[in-house]
Amino acid sequence: MSVSVTPKAARQIRKALDQRGGGFGLRVAIKTSGCSGYAYALEFAETPSPDDLQFESEGVHLLVDAKSLPLVDGTELDWVREGLNEGFKFNNPNATANCGCGESFAV
Amino acid sequence: MALLQIAEPGRAAAPHQHRLAVGIDLGTTNSLVASVRSGLPTVLADAGGATLLPSVVHYAPDGMVIVGSEARVLALRDPQNTIASAKRLIGRAPADIAPGSLPYVIQPLGPSGVGVATRAGVKSPVDVAADVLRVLGQRAEAALGGPLVGAVITVPAYFDDAQRQATKDAAQQAGLTVLRLLNEPTAAAIAYGLDTASEGVYAVYDLGGGTFDVSLLRLERGVFEVLSTNGDSMLGGDDFDACLVRWFCSQEPAIEWDGRDAAALNAAARRAKESLSTGTAVTMACERHDGLLVQAHVTRAAFEVETKPLVERTLGPLRRALRDAGIKPDGIDGCVLVGGATRMPQVRQAVTDFFGRAPHTEIDPDQAVALGAAIQADQLAGNRAVGDAGLLLLDVCPLSLGIETMGGLAEKVIPRNTTVPTARAQEFTTFKDGQTAMAIHVVQGERELVSECRSLARFTLRGIPPMVAGAARIRVTFQIDADGLLSVSASEQTTGVQTHIEVKPSYGLGHDTVAQMLRSAIDSAESDAAARLLREAEVDARRLLDAVDGALGADESLLLPREQFAILCAMQDVADLLETCADGEAAEPAAQKALRDDLRRTTDALNAATTEFAARRMNARVRAVLSGRSLDEIAS
Repeated sequence: MSVSVTPKAARQIRKALDQRGGGFGLRVAIKTSGCSGYAYALEFAETPSPDDLQFESEGVHLLVDAKSLPLVDGTELDWVREGLNEGFKFNNPNATANCGCGESFAV
Repeated sequence: MALLQIAEPGRAAAPHQHRLAVGIDLGTTNSLVASVRSGLPTVLADAGGATLLPSVVHYAPDGMVIVGSEARVLALRDPQNTIASAKRLIGRAPADIAPGSLPYVIQPLGPSGVGVATRAGVKSPVDVAADVLRVLGQRAEAALGGPLVGAVITVPAYFDDAQRQATKDAAQQAGLTVLRLLNEPTAAAIAYGLDTASEGVYAVYDLGGGTFDVSLLRLERGVFEVLSTNGDSMLGGDDFDACLVRWFCSQEPAIEWDGRDAAALNAAARRAKESLSTGTAVTMACERHDGLLVQAHVTRAAFEVETKPLVERTLGPLRRALRDAGIKPDGIDGCVLVGGATRMPQVRQAVTDFFGRAPHTEIDPDQAVALGAAIQADQLAGNRAVGDAGLLLLDVCPLSLGIETMGGLAEKVIPRNTTVPTARAQEFTTFKDGQTAMAIHVVQGERELVSECRSLARFTLRGIPPMVAGAARIRVTFQIDADGLLSVSASEQTTGVQTHIEVKPSYGLGHDTVAQMLRSAIDSAESDAAARLLREAEVDARRLLDAVDGALGADESLLLPREQFAILCAMQDVADLLETCADGEAAEPAAQKALRDDLRRTTDALNAATTEFAARRMNARVRAVLSGRSLDEIAS
């Protein structure tokens, strides 16, 4: 059971935390109700809560709540540039289909 | 794929809701509905797992409306109350339908439509299409679990305005919101284009149940441009069935068949045809209405010989489409096969031979159109982020659109082959002094004279403030929406009065008519030009006559008696010539040119005769303005 980030993503997460003025790490969460059933959410995390599982990857603290973990297990978070856009992209082995907008996925 | 950003705790944006939208392939023989689910377009099946819905509607004695394969079975027993291939009738006039070609009773309905007399009353093709669409809509809502935002419905590429409008009406009747009508070949290209994402020029060969369409599309940086379309709206898989029926009947000339057997024969032929796509021989069996079972052995080779003329009929439109687009068969980067009839090996072979390459067949030819429509519907419903695989579709208007100007001349506002949607505006002015209304006559065609073009609509702009001729500025705007429907508006620029019309022609243009109109425009380019120049000279002459007439009335006192006589003579000469123009209507370009030269000579003479008079009027005006005023007053 793990979630990881690429070195590029880690650099961006650290940069974002610095700009924000600190924080414990990054929360990777799953919300229901998107086009394809589930949607990703990325939030800054202040403190871990009791149901959280913690991972460390490339020196970054990642928090995933227990309910979300089965859906994102094995996911690698990458930072990519597409045209003028840049942002985080999920490489989730559990997702069987992504919706056209990429915000949500199905398992 | 959208990229994510990190949000503050608890502030992550809620994912957007998926809006349910479907693509519907409303076919002649079968219809399908598809939707994008989890990013993938999929065809939606009914409760029994069937995806194809036969476009057959049966009106039962108890008032029930039965649609689909059940109706197709009932067609055997009750052909008169079962309507199949209604798409062939949509937007058509009774004269277009060959007698005896359909097993049910056709009768005129309204000014230019047809209806089928059934026990549930006379049903128009729109009613039948609406019944099919309603079933597909219900199927989609059941499968997707919610109400639909809208649907993209496909139509053959050269459905004319009346047929497109009828399709929209049917959807409305079925309670569906039409996001857009989409050309079937374009839909198929979308289905393929997104999957393979290769750029180039593609031919779409769509041999459906009742229609044959060929379109050349250019796909470039995600933009589809329709280069040309061609086809035959009376050729399809049904004709292959009919061919097989004729062959079958000719095998046993002693056995007689009548109208009651038509549906059974068609069904038997369809079964035989379908199995011949995989097998090499089949026994075709059909039970006559009195129970007599007739059988015949048919081999694929025999079937291919019988249907060779039909396959060859598809090659003509293919060549014409290439010629229109100015492309050689080897300039095509790929060919896409659409329509169940393209499963027939002889069709595939013919296309392969024509282009010298094997066509694309990765997507089920029955489903490609519906899948493409679903992708488009997904985008139009707003389920795809802007700029994310943003697909733009460009179609062209086949003939120029314009308005009638003085002298019966057609002034083009939107030239042919302009990509739609489009809007163009042009300014026009009044012809007579004090003119307060203007009739706008919208015409379609390439010819110079309105009488040779097709009239689409007429309306009048009223409330133009009285001004001298040529001072009013009337802006006429033509707008063609993405469905190819035209709206025209006219507004007077100083007062802002305006009027507007939606053009829904009562009858439309078939492909042949368009081609014929273009040919005649090319053939008669010379005579058109001569006619136009003559008309322009006439308009000028008439304007001059009006002006002189007005001047004579206003300043008769300034005329010298001798001068007056000369002017009246010159006016008479011009008026006589205009008379000749009006009733003679010189047909030959040479005669028209002679007439125009005469007109020019007499109008020049009239101008010369009035020169001194005009100068005196001018002087009198200036004197009237200047007299009794100091230089300072005037300078300020």
